[in-house]
Amino acid sequence: MEIAARQLADTVIATPAGRIDHQSAKQFEAALLPLVADCAARHGSLVIDFSGIDYISSVGLRVLMVAARQMREQQARLVVAALQGVVAEIFAISRFDRVLTVTKTLDDALALCSPAALAQHRSTGAASAT
Amino acid sequence: MMRVRFWGTRGSLPVALTAVDVRAKLLATLRAARGRAQASESDLEAVLAGLPFAVAGTYGGHTSCVQLETGSGDYVVCDMGSGLRPFGQAAMAARNGAAQTFHIFVSHLHWDHIMGLPFFVPAFVPGNRVVFYGGHAGLEAALRRQQDQPSFPVDFSIFGASMDFVHLEPGRPIDVAGVRVTSMLQRHGGDSYGYRFEGAGGVVVYSTDSEHPLAQPEHTDRFVSFFHGADVVIFDAMYSLADAVSVKADWGHSSNIVGVELCQMAGVRELCLFHHEPVFDDAAIDAVLAETRRLEEITRVAAPLRVSAAFDGMEIEL
Repeated sequence: MEIAARQLADTVIATPAGRIDHQSAKQFEAALLPLVADCAARHGSLVIDFSGIDYISSVGLRVLMVAARQMREQQARLVVAALQGVVAEIFAISRFDRVLTVTKTLDDALALCSPAALAQHRSTGAASAT
Repeated sequence: MMRVRFWGTRGSLPVALTAVDVRAKLLATLRAARGRAQASESDLEAVLAGLPFAVAGTYGGHTSCVQLETGSGDYVVCDMGSGLRPFGQAAMAARNGAAQTFHIFVSHLHWDHIMGLPFFVPAFVPGNRVVFYGGHAGLEAALRRQQDQPSFPVDFSIFGASMDFVHLEPGRPIDVAGVRVTSMLQRHGGDSYGYRFEGAGGVVVYSTDSEHPLAQPEHTDRFVSFFHGADVVIFDAMYSLADAVSVKADWGHSSNIVGVELCQMAGVRELCLFHHEPVFDDAAIDAVLAETRRLEEITRVAAPLRVSAAFDGMEIEL
C-alpha cells in the first residue's frame, strides 16, 4: 500500500486508499511510520485523510495506535479525518474514536492542527477549482 | 448432541445486582406496562418479551464456569470460578444417590478461575471422582494453597471425593467423556490454555483469558486453526480494542473486534462473548452485544457469524 503525502505549512496530509486488512496492514505500517517519524521529529502535525479507506481491521487500528503514541511522545499531533461509513462504525465499536483525535472532515483536521495549513489547503482548492 | 451451559460468565471478580439496579429494572418494566394494569397474563408476558435483556434479565455475576453436556454420564466443566458453586448444587440435585465423575478443564490458576472449588459440594462426597486437567505444572499446588490457612478454614484434605490431576500437553489430544479435547497455550500472565472439544455432534472452543498480539500473523494463524469450523467459540471479549492495545495492553485479555475477526477467518458458526468486564452493567453488555452483531454484519464476507453474549444460566444447544 502506498500513501500519498503532501506538506502544507507545518502539517503533512497522508492519504491512504483501499482496505487496511490483515494482509495489507504491514504495508500500511511501513508506509505510514516514516511519515510519523518525520513529523514527530519536526514537532509538526500529521493528518491522515481516511476518505479513501473503506475497511480497517484490528491490525490496521493497532498501527494507528502506534503512530499516535510516537507522535504524542514528541509532543506532535496526529489527527484522523473524514472516516467513511463502515470505517466510522468500526472506529466507534472499537472505541478508537475515543482514544484518537478524529474529525469529520479534512478541513476540520487542518483547523485543529494549523490555521496556516488550512489556509494553504483552501487556496490550493480554490486555485484548482478555477 | 452437545449442549453448553453457562454457570459463570463474568471476568476477574464476581459481581451482584444492587438494590438500585433492581429498582431501575422494575421502573423500566412498570413504564413499559403502563396502562395495562388490567391486562391478561399473556399481555404481561408480551410486555416482558418486548423489553431488552438488560431490563427483563441479567447477565449475572459469577466468574468463569461452563458445563458441556456431551451425552456421557460424566460431567465436563471448564474452569472453577464462583459459578462452580451453583453448578455443584445442580449436580447434587440430579445425583439420585449414584457416584459422579467430574472432568474439570482449567484455563489457568488465577483466583477468579479456581475460587469456586472450596464451595463445590460434590467434591466433599465420598465415592465421587473429580479429575482436574490443565497445562500448568502448579495446578495441584495452587488448588491446595487456596485452601490453606489463613485463606480458608478447611484444607484440601477435607474433600471426600477422589481428586486426580492430569497434565496436558498443548496440541496433544485426549479423549474424555465422549469428546476429544485439545489444549492450546494462550497469552496471559502466567500462561493460560484454551480447549477445543470435538465430538458428540459438534465442536466447542473455550478460549478465555487470552490476549492476541495483533502484530504477529503467526499467532493469528494458530488461533484460526484452533477455532477452525467450530460450532461455538467462547471468547474473552472483556475490553474494547482501544483499551486492549493501549492502557490495558499486556493485561491478558481480548476484545469483541478480534473475536469477530478470528471467528470470521476460521469459519465459526457462533461467537459467544465471555468474561465480561465486571464494571459493566447489563445495559453496557447489551450495548457491546448489539455493536458486535453490527460489526459482524458490516464486515461479513462469507456465511453469517451468529453472535451471542453469555449470561449465567444461558444454554447453547449444538
